[in-house]
Amino acid sequence: MSGDTVGELWGLSPALAILLIAALPTHIWRWLGVLFAGRLDERSQVFVWVKCVATALVAAMIAKLVLAPTGPLLAVPFAARLGAIAVGFGAYIFSGRKLLVGVIGGEVALIAAWFTLL
Amino acid sequence: MVSKSHPFLHGAASAFSLPALVLMGAQVGFAALAREAGLGLGPTLLLTVGVWALPSQVVFVGLVGAGASAASVAVAVALSAVRFMPMTMAWTPVVRSADTRQWVLVVASCYVAITAWVYSMSRLPKLERPARLPFFAGFAATLTLLNAVIVVVAYNAIDAMPALVAAALVFLMPIYFVLTLWGAARSRADRIALGAGFLLGPLFSLFAAAADLLLAGFVGGTAAYVIGRLLGSQEPAA
Repeated sequence: MSGDTVGELWGLSPALAILLIAALPTHIWRWLGVLFAGRLDERSQVFVWVKCVATALVAAMIAKLVLAPTGPLLAVPFAARLGAIAVGFGAYIFSGRKLLVGVIGGEVALIAAWFTLL
Repeated sequence: MVSKSHPFLHGAASAFSLPALVLMGAQVGFAALAREAGLGLGPTLLLTVGVWALPSQVVFVGLVGAGASAASVAVAVALSAVRFMPMTMAWTPVVRSADTRQWVLVVASCYVAITAWVYSMSRLPKLERPARLPFFAGFAATLTLLNAVIVVVAYNAIDAMPALVAAALVFLMPIYFVLTLWGAARSRADRIALGAGFLLGPLFSLFAAAADLLLAGFVGGTAAYVIGRLLGSQEPAA
């Protein structure tokens, strides 16, 4: 276990601070989405547009995880991270969309780059 | 596969697969960050099961570690979570049946995050409507439980983990998401949105770090929608 842990956050217990400062500001958007979806039809053009926006948003976040990561991935060079994504994607497409093949392809490329470049 | 069993159990069994493995990798990275920021195991676990959004969790521990004020952390977390609104707006019409109560959807929506969203959007349309919400509930509950276990293990084991193993585990998340998002893309517009977001996210983070994801979503998603309409592509793939 780690030595020192925080006993209080902004004068609140950590649990209360997490519920108010992390959980609520996150959940509120999920609830709003459900409420606004009230009359939204799965086939409507608004739905098609909303799905495009959500897809682009998620893709943007993934790109940031790859190109500007924090934590353990920082130990892998930029080109290796991007290259491993490309290899995984290629393996996925050429295997006829087999998810496992794509994931393993990307991981093998990452590990190979690690031993080649570092 | 237990396709003839109750949809809740079917969903629960479906969680034992790549999505669980991928989140495991991501949670290892989060647990490492939380420990660095000085959070105890209890608060770290609460962040995972109570917030259930890795970017929110990472923003929270990052800013707590940096000593930011409560208001600025709340704003940063809220900004990083705005993307859930279009996500649950897109998810709700897929998961609900004619007789689904609103409060049930509100509760279930707390477990919509990228993994469950990507999985739902590709998997639920293939199920009968009444089976969709129970399937999602089983999937989400099992995924949450598995991740709680993983956080506890990772929080305690991260120091003993070789750097390559940690990097390979954390890398599972982006590679998995790229592939499943592509697989869940039904139209040409969806695929354009995927590529546009991937390019615009890092680009906008250079100019507007606080709102980069939102901007990338709106600009990239809207452009993809318009291009998709111009090309007249509503061909249902898969």
